[in-house]
Amino acid sequence: MNDEVRFLAKNLRVDQRMIAEMIAPGSRVLDIGCGDGELLDLLFRTRKCDARGIEIDMALVTRAVAHGMPVMQGDADNDLEHYPDGAFDYAVLSRTLQAVERPREVLRQMLRISARAVVSFPNFGHWFMRWQLLRTGRMPNTPAWPRPWYETPNIHPCTIRDFFALCEEESYEVEAWFALDEAGRRSPWRRSLGLANLFGEQAVLMLRKSPGGG
Amino acid sequence: MIVEASDTGLAELEHSHVRFADGLALECGITLPSLTIAYRTYGTLNPARSNAILVCHALTGDQYVAERHKLTGRPGWWELMVGPGRPVDTNRYFVICSNVLGGCMGSTGPASPRDDRPGAEGVAAEPWGTDFPLVTIRDMVRAQKKLVEHLGIERLFAVIGGSMGGMQTLEWAATYPQCVFAAVPIAAASFHSAQNIAFHEVGRQAIFADPDWLGGRYWETDRTPARGLAVARMAAHITYLSEQALTRKFGRRQRPDHDAPLDAAPLGSALFGEMFEVESYLRHQGSSFVRRFDANSYLAITRAMDYFDLAVEHEGDLSAAFAGTATRFCIVSFSSDWLFPTAQSREVARALNRVAANVSFVEIATDKGHDAFLLDEPDLHRTVAGFLTGCAEHAGLIG
Repeated sequence: MNDEVRFLAKNLRVDQRMIAEMIAPGSRVLDIGCGDGELLDLLFRTRKCDARGIEIDMALVTRAVAHGMPVMQGDADNDLEHYPDGAFDYAVLSRTLQAVERPREVLRQMLRISARAVVSFPNFGHWFMRWQLLRTGRMPNTPAWPRPWYETPNIHPCTIRDFFALCEEESYEVEAWFALDEAGRRSPWRRSLGLANLFGEQAVLMLRKSPGGG
Repeated sequence: MIVEASDTGLAELEHSHVRFADGLALECGITLPSLTIAYRTYGTLNPARSNAILVCHALTGDQYVAERHKLTGRPGWWELMVGPGRPVDTNRYFVICSNVLGGCMGSTGPASPRDDRPGAEGVAAEPWGTDFPLVTIRDMVRAQKKLVEHLGIERLFAVIGGSMGGMQTLEWAATYPQCVFAAVPIAAASFHSAQNIAFHEVGRQAIFADPDWLGGRYWETDRTPARGLAVARMAAHITYLSEQALTRKFGRRQRPDHDAPLDAAPLGSALFGEMFEVESYLRHQGSSFVRRFDANSYLAITRAMDYFDLAVEHEGDLSAAFAGTATRFCIVSFSSDWLFPTAQSREVARALNRVAANVSFVEIATDKGHDAFLLDEPDLHRTVAGFLTGCAEHAGLIG
């Protein structure tokens, strides 16, 4: 990470900082669920990207546009279909996949409109979640999963292993991936999916369509 | 209606203008032999001529966007948006606003003297009246393009407008994509809906029904179809508001009917002894409108709006209107606007998505209806200011 990115990203959500590092300078990026546009700002200022966003929450959209970010109100389930094939180099979906209605379709759309998809999500397979479920027999309640089951927007939680299985099924090549621990540090289990799935609090992956497949 | 025909003094005023002796060939096939465009500018054009913003006015607006109105003495119609330190900041941008083709505040329109046939020597030409050719939103934009070129500007930094001004903004981006760096259509749509055409037709029929309209030749008398035009304005004004806004402002409050409508109801009638405040408000809207607007102009411009359908201009495909565009768009709608509802703005945004255009899209939460674009809406002003500043950065206007 260069110093400029480090400086600007100080207050940025940790996965977003990591995502920014994965994106080639000067590329076209669509950030789906972009919030108030922090990542867009970072990508424009430090990487000269043509970065645009979609956000479902109108208050955040207004805040983003008022800061000069090109953001439109919309959501991953309903608005990706309106973009043409290959419109972007990267489509980013950070900590949103678990909240969409049709995650598999959203991934398909992302890899239709964009050469690469960058996805991050909280890992439901984290050891503390497993421990809570085992010990109490109730849905886990952690900083990453703070709401009770009846009012969480996270309707499609998955584990890192689950996600890899879906990529396999859909013939997506995982070009890069890593897990982050609770403190947002890049975890050392790059070589072991099992350990990452146990100790990773969230996962960040970069996908593309397998050259031979889908 | 409490309107004296003699109140109207539209013709006598001088407005700063430019006259194009080569006229304008209209979409309908008729060529206007000459074209006059009345306009105002604010701020300073930079040496690179790259900081110009064209403001497009709505149906009954005019060029007095950010200064006291020459005729009514009222503040500029968009002083909340345009001026020093405002979202469209005249300290930074050179702002142009012209009266539309077909208008009645100095630009060529139905009240202009017709010059399509030689008049008798020494006799003043009569006005076009209802013989004024059909103009379209695109004609209005082509007339504005002539003005912009006349001012020595090759590319506008931005075009912005609400309602019909938003239609013109979209038309600018579709017709002259190279000349528009950023476009801000507010409370607009890519076509005029059946419901909107229906309301316009009510207004037009009110004008036709006024005996003083005289088939459009009212200039031959000293009267104008003020009552018909006022009713048209009243009906239209309802569509600019929302039920919540009307309830909030007036509710069912009543008051004695002091300025009883001389020609609306028999005096002393038990039915009309009291009036609702909303009625009084609408009558005021109607009567003040006719002092500043020409009935034939109202007919011409409402017709131009009705015919607007950007997709039809591009074989039914709205996206095709914007294919390959590099313009940055900021589309704004209002949650309580039922005249140009958010769904229609979203349709434009999606059409732009289909050609991978750079588009921001915001729906402002407000209960003020369509007219919200003219009112004090902090979110609207923050949105426009931020969008323009972001674009200025991309355009290299600010470091």
